[in-house]
Amino acid sequence: MKYVDEFRRHDLAQKLSRAIHNEVDRGRQYNLMEFCGGHTHAIFRYGVQDLMPDNVRFVHGPGCPVCVLPVGRIDNAIQLAQQHDVILCTYGDLLRVPGSGRKSLLKVKAEGADVRMVYSTQDALKIARDNPGREVVFFAIGFETTTPPTAVAIRQAQAEGLKNFSAFCNHVLTPAAIQNILESPEVREIGSVLIDGFFGPSHVSSVIGSQPYEFFAEEFQRPVVIAGFEPLDVMQSALMLIRQLNEGRHEVENEYTRVVSREGNRKAKALVAEVFELRRSFEWRGLGLVPYSALRIKSAYAGFDTEKRFEVPAIQASDVKGCECPSILRGVKKPTDCRLFGTVCTPENPMGSCMVSSEGACAAYWTYGRFRETTTAREANA
Amino acid sequence: MSAKAKRFPQRLNIRSGTIDMTHGSGGRAMAQLIDELFVTHFDNELLRQANDQAAFDVPAGRLVMSTDGHVISPLFFPGGDIGSLAVHGTLNDVAMAGARPLYLSAGFILEEGFPLADLERIVVSMGAAAKSAGVPVVTGDTKVVERGKGDGVFITTTGVGIVPEGVNISGDRARPGDAILVSGSIGDHGVAIMSSRENLTFETTIESDSAALHQLVAAMVAAVPDIHCLRDPTRGGLATTLNELALQSGVGMQLTEDAIPVRPAVSAACELLGLDPLYIANEGKLICICAPEDAQRLLTVMQADPLGAEAAIIGEVIEDAHGFVRMQTGFGGSRVVDWLTGEQLPRIC
Repeated sequence: MKYVDEFRRHDLAQKLSRAIHNEVDRGRQYNLMEFCGGHTHAIFRYGVQDLMPDNVRFVHGPGCPVCVLPVGRIDNAIQLAQQHDVILCTYGDLLRVPGSGRKSLLKVKAEGADVRMVYSTQDALKIARDNPGREVVFFAIGFETTTPPTAVAIRQAQAEGLKNFSAFCNHVLTPAAIQNILESPEVREIGSVLIDGFFGPSHVSSVIGSQPYEFFAEEFQRPVVIAGFEPLDVMQSALMLIRQLNEGRHEVENEYTRVVSREGNRKAKALVAEVFELRRSFEWRGLGLVPYSALRIKSAYAGFDTEKRFEVPAIQASDVKGCECPSILRGVKKPTDCRLFGTVCTPENPMGSCMVSSEGACAAYWTYGRFRETTTAREANA
Repeated sequence: MSAKAKRFPQRLNIRSGTIDMTHGSGGRAMAQLIDELFVTHFDNELLRQANDQAAFDVPAGRLVMSTDGHVISPLFFPGGDIGSLAVHGTLNDVAMAGARPLYLSAGFILEEGFPLADLERIVVSMGAAAKSAGVPVVTGDTKVVERGKGDGVFITTTGVGIVPEGVNISGDRARPGDAILVSGSIGDHGVAIMSSRENLTFETTIESDSAALHQLVAAMVAAVPDIHCLRDPTRGGLATTLNELALQSGVGMQLTEDAIPVRPAVSAACELLGLDPLYIANEGKLICICAPEDAQRLLTVMQADPLGAEAAIIGEVIEDAHGFVRMQTGFGGSRVVDWLTGEQLPRIC
């Protein structure tokens, strides 16, 4: 497959692996956080660790849109589907995320609620057109990548005069979250969590560009390399981060030049600015309340805002007891540090969101990397 | 045949008629449906006897029996339909014991309002699949449920077959050192189905691989009677089937990603949807596990059959207390190939 296979080539991976082994300083540790679940997924699916030196550690970040959605917002969606008799449209991953009382949208669907999986906002609009007598709510989640399509859908609904379509907006912003992680006491207090550099998001950056990361590369003196989602992108970016660290630099570099520019996609940004505005603060699972980290629909489009059309109460719901998702999302703990991991919490029966999405650190560990934790694997690798 | 004309003065209105509750009531309407549709298209001596069961002599040997319910949506898809699938699915389950399938039964659950034209299309396809496989549908059943209580049509088929002497194929017989073979490219059926689902139409040239594998199996068993395991990787795909076998046999497996045949169009569709071909359903493929010294002979036999032309050796059985199926990735790393979790759902970004 053109434009994909080139970035998964075995021979190039070997070359890069040798280059990284030559570049690393054996006397130190490199702790590199991949913010995005897409990177986490690629690292595990292709077995990238096997090609890296032992002193390069991947720290998995919170960039999994499903994982950071707080339980309360899932509960809101469940209430909308159950109590308001709406057609609730959502992206696939979200269906299995447990809300309070381990209820998920998949479970309430089985109980009779009208929950439909869609592949794009256009599907949700079509459902609204086809069901003029029903309220259709699009459960809008995701980072800057999925925000422009929601903006397009809202504008389209307005242009068509659709009266039964609204979006339950949960779109969140990447730079605010990265800043929050860097400001967290665990990272600031020396010796607690080590993050030496960041793999910057790939799809998100195609929209917002590389410029928004410049501030905290400077402020927190950590290098950022915008990295594509293919495994060779991850390795090349790791090499770039390691070089920066060895040379004492902390700049924003762009490995993903085939897609990302410094300014990003101006048209998409303008669309988002037209339809959305900043929320003063928004709850992230794992990070808690993060100031100016999410978007809401502008009042000019209030008719398409689920939170204006329906009563959507703020629900304070807590994670399952013992679930370490919050710490895992901040990179403070590894999935295997959680007592629930693999015992009561598995992809079949997820207790926390990190076990649901294939981009979640726990699901990636469990699905692709589990053997690394066993003695037989250590013997096999020896 | 002339008696039929007398019993039902007016023929079924196939072109514009629909199923109604009387077609399942046991009365004349049901008799007519059976006669004009099922008996006509499944036509064979046992069915024509019009008994509530089929009676036949059984050859000596071990008899195998398998049943499969078919509830696919959409009912018609590129490369097949629920009718041919209902025949192939059960024939393959029987064949995976190394057996020669003998007879099939078919149970239909029809939803009130289902177009007779669609039913005819399904029954014709089913009859053709059974005929081409050389395995007749010798008994059946029809029920009708009220509108809204079914999804058009559900078909359950049961098959019986005979295992040749000296053949003992079972999922618990994989041993460390054994070779793992697959009969061809994976993921074709699932991608063909997805491409024709209502909310996800995309254009692809991929057709379902739905096919009856018993003749391929017969050739394999003739060449190597001591095949250890055979299984068709249907729902859950190659990954889930290998995990089932690993669990059943108490072994691990080591696969080589580059050796697993996947069509470019299937990888492309999976790439777009965020799915993994290892977990996509197949309906005309089999996995074979055999002693390493038999692998090359089996591969040659498989590749000589049109249904096994792209067969490949994809890995080996290893000792592993955890029963992990592992894979050397094409990229050069290693990973676990786990069971399918829930349904494969597309990722968000």
